[in-house]
Amino acid sequence: MQSLTLPFIAIAGLAVLGYFLAKSRALQVSGGDIRKLVSLPSQHALNAVLATIVPAVAAIFLISLYVRLTDGTGSWFFQFVVIGLAVTGLALSLIGIKTETRARTFAERWILGLLIFASTIAILTTIGIVFSMLFETFNFFGQYDWRDFFFSTNWSPNFRGNSDLGIIPLLWGTLYISFIALAFAVPVGLFAAIYLSEYAGPRMRAVAKPAIEVLAGIPTIVYGLFALITVGPFLRDYFAAPMGFGQSASSVMTAGLVMGVMLIPFVSSLSDDIINAVPQAMRDGSLGLGATKSETIRQVVVPAALPGIVGAVLLAASRAIGETMIVVLGAGAAARLSLNPFEAMTTVTVKIVSQLTGDTDFASPETLVAFALGLTLFVITLGLNVLALYIVRKYREQYE
Amino acid sequence: MKTSLLAADARTKKRNAAEARFKAYGFAAIIVAMLALLILLTSVLGNGMSSFRQTYIALDVALPEEKLDKSGVRDLSVMSKVTTIGYAPILRNALLDALAAQGIETELSNKDIGNMISKEAAATVRNKVLANPDLVGQTVSFDVLASGRIDGYFKGRVTMESAALDGNTSPEALMIAQALADAGVMETKFNWNFFVWPDASDQRPEAAGLGVAILGSLYMMIVVLVLALPIGVASSIYLEEFAPKNRWTDLIEVNISNLAAVPSIVYGILGLAIFINFMEFNQSSPLVGGLVLTLMTLPTIIISTRAALKSVPPSIRDAALGVGASKMQSVFHHVLPLAAPGILTGTIIGLAQALGETAPLLLIGMVAFVREYPAAYTPESGLFGEASTALPVQVFNWTQRSDPAFVERASGAIITLLVFLLIMNAVAIYLRRRFERRW
Repeated sequence: MQSLTLPFIAIAGLAVLGYFLAKSRALQVSGGDIRKLVSLPSQHALNAVLATIVPAVAAIFLISLYVRLTDGTGSWFFQFVVIGLAVTGLALSLIGIKTETRARTFAERWILGLLIFASTIAILTTIGIVFSMLFETFNFFGQYDWRDFFFSTNWSPNFRGNSDLGIIPLLWGTLYISFIALAFAVPVGLFAAIYLSEYAGPRMRAVAKPAIEVLAGIPTIVYGLFALITVGPFLRDYFAAPMGFGQSASSVMTAGLVMGVMLIPFVSSLSDDIINAVPQAMRDGSLGLGATKSETIRQVVVPAALPGIVGAVLLAASRAIGETMIVVLGAGAAARLSLNPFEAMTTVTVKIVSQLTGDTDFASPETLVAFALGLTLFVITLGLNVLALYIVRKYREQYE
Repeated sequence: MKTSLLAADARTKKRNAAEARFKAYGFAAIIVAMLALLILLTSVLGNGMSSFRQTYIALDVALPEEKLDKSGVRDLSVMSKVTTIGYAPILRNALLDALAAQGIETELSNKDIGNMISKEAAATVRNKVLANPDLVGQTVSFDVLASGRIDGYFKGRVTMESAALDGNTSPEALMIAQALADAGVMETKFNWNFFVWPDASDQRPEAAGLGVAILGSLYMMIVVLVLALPIGVASSIYLEEFAPKNRWTDLIEVNISNLAAVPSIVYGILGLAIFINFMEFNQSSPLVGGLVLTLMTLPTIIISTRAALKSVPPSIRDAALGVGASKMQSVFHHVLPLAAPGILTGTIIGLAQALGETAPLLLIGMVAFVREYPAAYTPESGLFGEASTALPVQVFNWTQRSDPAFVERASGAIITLLVFLLIMNAVAIYLRRRFERRW
């Protein structure tokens, strides 16, 4: 990293130099009368600065990437190339300054290039996500049979080797917890949205809406701590232990309920948008025929909004499946296939965290399995998101 | 059958009852949501407020020359050979003197009395002495930390009953503590050090603080702001103002909305694989954390920036183009300044989200135990390259410790985090109210 300091300072210096040189040269070319110039001196200066910086910085990034890929080390030759590019860019832009040069157009082409580059970072991120996981997942399946991974019902990693790494108990925990979370969040969120958009007066809205939005702004680690120190012991002492379901504070129920609270604002704000998008004329028609307000909602508004609501639920499900901190602190670490909701179970995300923190050895299947788990998680959530966004988009078109 | 317009018939009654029930369900849902928020906040506040107070013992400590500096020439290299083990008895003697001065009798052994002082206290005194060698030979007043159990007693966490079962303290020690507190030697007061000190080991929860975590979070926020804001704004400008409608831009748009819904832990895997394993940046450095959070925050910033740009009416652009501005000039000189409040609001909300994010940071090694304050720049590790931790990760770390005193610390850290988030969101709301224009 240190070898980059010199090129960056050189580029910055050249850019400042270019600014003043281009400005004075433009004035000089115009012979003191800037009306003769097609572009203003400041635009010539801007063009010179961009022509100095952009290719050189791009070269730095490409060369750094190349050096990493080939396991080489940076040498004076690369610094020479970078500084050479900066000098060339500066010189070319200075030579190009004439009265009829359209410097504004040139400068804007550089800027447009930068804007396009910025917008491709989103694509690069996705590619990075997919490749970082695909690569290590292939490594993992080279050492561990994929059939055992997907179909084995036993998860017991052993850092001395010979581990059972079946995903089924993890998926079961994930789905069970998500199910409980949704079973709590969907009715509460949906009814809250219906009440706020159809019944509540302005004062009620002014209090309740921000309160629900606050829930959305709370970081998940706070929910995790809440599950660990409050909800878990409460459920154990008042429900699980008296009813003979177990003695564990961390359980599917703990994580599910707290996650449900986290999802309430998510479901309610999405449903709120969707319910508000149902045209007023449909409500008026129903009320005009003598239906009560609740009949209108149940028989007209909700059916009309149903696809959107389904989309919202799917998005909430994808969030529940990918949630990490609440399950790390609330659900436990034991991989189990059980129906008892007061028992500790574990999820895909918990195991990603536990396999990748602490001492990790990127050659052993026990560590690499985390990438296969991550890829599975990514594929599931991506599928849910694409489906949900498709449904929501389709639904919006219906009333536009 | 007689019917009256004034009396509702059975069917109408039923329908009205259904209406009332339905409305009650909705109201109950709101109550459940608000109640959940209330319980959540009371639980965190109730557990955490006590971490802002800490029990200190005011001691007059005699610093004997024969123990701390045998040579007598105040040579630091010699003096630093006396470790904290050498300082502990000095503090214990000071406490015994204080007990004698107050006339407090006890059957406890001297060792048990020494245990009432935090193990951290010896290190604090030692650092003070090494910083100012002239103190040796004098009697100096120090406010030293009481041990975690004694502190817990004054906060109600440790009781006489629990102390009787506890190997680290005893009811007698608590009685002495009470006597000292009555005499004004021991005092529980506001603990500014909680925000300044670094993390402490499992044995000394009383000395654990958030200093390193706050610094690490600050560094990461700087990285996120410096990278995510320009990239997010540039990419929104392209997509909103310049991009032709074609397959490629469609792909980018679908991509961005999907990235916004990718689980945060996946970004952690990305950071581990790309930034640490491939690019070989330092593990647990704020630089890597900031980069991961940048990628995570970008979709949020892009979505809100595009909304802000979209809300600027086209007449502004047309007017600029009409007087001879180029498309680029119309955007940068007119549209962008008008959209700035909306962009800033979105950025602050994105930053707040990034500040509270934990899961990806666990994977890039920010769970490590760090006691050194990270420097923003060092020649060896580069910009923001020194190992650090972050506020939410510190919370997670403390929940994994066995001593219950750390639960209080974790809740205190959560309150600190929530206060930061509250301030950021308040600023965002203020900006929106103050500067947002509606056309």
